[in-house]
Amino acid sequence: MTTKMFGAKVPRVEDQRFLRGQGRYVDDLLTDDPRLLHSAVLRSPHAHARIVDIDVSDVLDVEGVVAVWTYDDLAGAMAEPLPLLIPHPALTHGRTQYALAKDEVNYVGEAIAFVVAVDRYVAEDAVSRIRVAYEQLTPVVGIAAARAATSAVHDDVPDNVGARMEQENGDARAAIARAPHTLTLELDVERSACTPMEGRGTVARWDPDTSRLTVWSSTQTSTGVRGCVAAKLGLDLAKVDVVTPDVGGGFGVKINHPWPEELLVPLAAMTLGKPVKFTEDRREHFISSAHERAQQHHVEVGFDDDGRVLGLNVEFWHDHGAYTPYGLIVPIITSTQLLGPYKPQNYRVAFESLYTNTVIVTPYRGAGRPQGCFVMERTMDAIAAYLGKDRTEVRSTNFIQPDEFPYEHGLVFQDGRELTYDSGDYPASLAKLKALVGWDEFEDFRAEMAAQGRRVGIGLACYVEGTGVGPYEGAHVHVETSGKVKVATGLTTQGQGHQTAFAQIVADTLGVRFEDVEITTGDTRKMPYAVGTFASRAAVMSGSAIHLAALRAKEKALRIAAEALEASEDDLEIADGVVSVRGTDASIDLGTIAVLSNPLRYAFDEASKAATQFSVGDPGKPPVAEDDEPGLEGKDFYSPPRSTFANGMHAVIVETDPDTAEIRILKYAVVHDCGHLINPMIVEGQIHGGVAQGVGGALYERMAYDESGQLLNASFMDFLMPYATEVPTSIDIDHLETPSPLNPLGIKGAGEAGVIPSAAVFAAAIEDAEGFPITSMPISPSELFELRLAHTDEPHPTTTPTTAG
Amino acid sequence: MKPAPFAYLRPSSLEEALAALAGEQGAKVLAGGQSLVPLLNMRLAAPSMLIDINALPDLGHVRVAEDGVRVGALARHAEVLASSEAERAQPLLGMALRHVAHPTIRNRGTTVGSIVHADAAAEMPMVLRLLDGSVDVASVRGRRTIPAAELFAGPLESTLAHDEVAVEAFFPGLAPDAGVAFQEIARRHGDYALVGVAAHVETDGDAVTRASLGFVSVSDVPVVVDVTHALGDPAAKALAELDPADDIHASAAYRAHLVKVLAPRVLAAATDHARSRAGEATQP
Repeated sequence: MTTKMFGAKVPRVEDQRFLRGQGRYVDDLLTDDPRLLHSAVLRSPHAHARIVDIDVSDVLDVEGVVAVWTYDDLAGAMAEPLPLLIPHPALTHGRTQYALAKDEVNYVGEAIAFVVAVDRYVAEDAVSRIRVAYEQLTPVVGIAAARAATSAVHDDVPDNVGARMEQENGDARAAIARAPHTLTLELDVERSACTPMEGRGTVARWDPDTSRLTVWSSTQTSTGVRGCVAAKLGLDLAKVDVVTPDVGGGFGVKINHPWPEELLVPLAAMTLGKPVKFTEDRREHFISSAHERAQQHHVEVGFDDDGRVLGLNVEFWHDHGAYTPYGLIVPIITSTQLLGPYKPQNYRVAFESLYTNTVIVTPYRGAGRPQGCFVMERTMDAIAAYLGKDRTEVRSTNFIQPDEFPYEHGLVFQDGRELTYDSGDYPASLAKLKALVGWDEFEDFRAEMAAQGRRVGIGLACYVEGTGVGPYEGAHVHVETSGKVKVATGLTTQGQGHQTAFAQIVADTLGVRFEDVEITTGDTRKMPYAVGTFASRAAVMSGSAIHLAALRAKEKALRIAAEALEASEDDLEIADGVVSVRGTDASIDLGTIAVLSNPLRYAFDEASKAATQFSVGDPGKPPVAEDDEPGLEGKDFYSPPRSTFANGMHAVIVETDPDTAEIRILKYAVVHDCGHLINPMIVEGQIHGGVAQGVGGALYERMAYDESGQLLNASFMDFLMPYATEVPTSIDIDHLETPSPLNPLGIKGAGEAGVIPSAAVFAAAIEDAEGFPITSMPISPSELFELRLAHTDEPHPTTTPTTAG
Repeated sequence: MKPAPFAYLRPSSLEEALAALAGEQGAKVLAGGQSLVPLLNMRLAAPSMLIDINALPDLGHVRVAEDGVRVGALARHAEVLASSEAERAQPLLGMALRHVAHPTIRNRGTTVGSIVHADAAAEMPMVLRLLDGSVDVASVRGRRTIPAAELFAGPLESTLAHDEVAVEAFFPGLAPDAGVAFQEIARRHGDYALVGVAAHVETDGDAVTRASLGFVSVSDVPVVVDVTHALGDPAAKALAELDPADDIHASAAYRAHLVKVLAPRVLAAATDHARSRAGEATQP
């Protein structure tokens, strides 16, 4: 569908509020409530230790301290481990932490005690007075140590292996053995993290008179938090409301739930009868939320003279940190999405998901795909280099072709469904990318730069992203008697522009003015059935549900209008909130239809007078027909058979300084296909943000753990999130719109796309500039310098171009 | 990330500030707060009292005289950077200040505060040292002038006594036949340098009569190396006196390499600067 609002670059209505400082985040809530209490958490200073004793006797002497909890103070479900949210048969040794550590701590930052006080200052003073006696245990830090398994993270988990999983399509090893050419690659990706501007935060208020709990949390799933809070605190679900206010970014970390504090804050509020707040600080976010990305891959590939992959065998090791609350989602995504737009004839993937004494690993924007993309694209580049072929040619040879959709890979995806791509046109995307970045002209540019003593390189990377995973989302559309349209969907918003994009859908589907549509997200009081905002699913899932719900509201509006206007529904049309009979002056606005839809006993204003019992209806019939409901509303759910697969290709031209090894971005180009675009401006914004985050992941950010498990860079001074000065000043974007056949709007997700190919594309470009393989990301100038030293004996790269003409 | 409790004093006269400082062993002076406040919030420092000198009169000056530039204890980096007079008198000030963090930090942080914070990864202590400047300090016991060569005792440690407040820094002006230059390599724009190098060169006609280099982030205290007799390979001479270290952002070998890259570049730039200034000075 293409109409006025859908597909238009509508400015985000949210931005006025955000840019004027009028956003309301969790920490802004209840600030004028004098009863509000604040909390702080004692966190483990050790990566691995047994807790011998906790002495809180000094704490209650601190003026302003209200209460302190340790594990011994927890009871019932609260004393059980936190939920393992996504169990999987292969996760044979899943472990989760306790809300407060019981007997043992397994990473620096693990929560041990929870203090509530009159303000955060006092709470932190109190935390510093808690005395804990530890018995040190040997920490396991990094994949190498976890694989060596000379020490165990958990005594009852042999070899630190939480899960082993294998999938195979065909017989990869036999195909490699038969292939004319083979290559082996060892590839590494380090840890990074989401680091949203707003960290975690929770506020809870218990109303003892009504026995009702209200929880505000900075989460990507209010329904998930609600379910956990009710279960852990032993409350009926109906007694718990979870509301998500403005969220200052999530990027995945806030889909994990419940965090210890998300349970401890409501527990404290109930126990103390006063509202309680927890606002995570930056150091806490680094050491007690979640990280991602660390994997080691061993790749064997067999291919023919054209570079066609005949067999691909990938074994990898995934560092999942100290616990596995989010199951195997990240490594399963890596193992399946590694395939990208290609169709290796035979593919085997096997991974081990390993425990380490470091912060837990849960999905971070891209969720395992950046690693998979890195591995596949490094492999494609290695094949091209081996055969002396243009890197785009090798990719083209391996692409799934447009007439092969739906394409079945013969594997199972993260949602337990078949890995089946719905649509795409990879050759067309590549052609666009080559034109956009100037691929065919690059050798001239390289020569021109070389003449000035400058060293440049070009790289490209392709990915396919399963987006819009189920199980479902729902929406409720309500037309008020004013004609204003109130829409609720249950998933949350953390800055994506849902207010704008969803209102565009409603405006078109229902035929109302964009300005008259208001969207509520993440409030369990308005929509108790929902899953959450992750996996680039909001537009696909809630967008589709909102469209379906709006259709239902429209259907009802037309039925009532047809009666009121004594016309056939087929002759009616809706525009700008007015239903009119085509070709006549007869019309009725949606507000009036809303009045008529709701027979009233009491008149409270002019509009409602028209709906009172002496004004409307047939006195011989029930005011609301047996198969009808009062009100002009529509409610529906969208539940797709499987994910929809978006795709994209990035290219970058970098300059590496021959003297200082500094890496500069000269040009960044993106071709992106997420089906029909609801709002191209929002999609491009997502790509810009993703590319910026990807630049961070490729060139700046890492988690610098030392051998004892201390995170050495747990601040924005030393964790190098790129500034505006480090990201490309411009990103050239071109779109392809291959609609998804799986949903009524033909859309695919776009939220994570920009970040997926970053490690791959920068590694390719730096390799092209330097002439030696880049096998580990991220890479810093210091590391590039060390690599140059290690490769000084080899011929200079620019004399042996790896890119043909 | 909230500081431990502390007493807070905001005196309105220097005498009052000095008396308070002398009377409270655990007191710290707060000026721009760009280093101290993060230390407080991380609870890496827990002074018993903060003596906020921001209300003191007459310390916000950037005064340029014949002999050089005098910067008061409350002059912000941004104010020093904005002074074209100061830049004319000593061009190295502006060259280095552009690399001090970001505009928001320069708007609040003070140049004198940065100097007595004595961070060898910071630009301004090195600049003071390279130019042979000095710091005037005051206490209830009186005032004294500490030459830059005697100011830096160790990592983040100056030779100010506990009861002393730095009230002014003096940067000598640049002689007409002298030149300066500064370059640094940082991971991100505005970060602490992985390596920074400044040069101060004096010339007589075509001859370089004196050349020295100052270094950022490759030693525990700001180090200045006289390379007058090592113009052909200034880095080798310098590296003998420097102590580049590994950290999470760069290896020691890479830092040493950057010294080798930057030292000759900066020396050449300062020499060019000196010659162009000498040329200007002799023009009618």
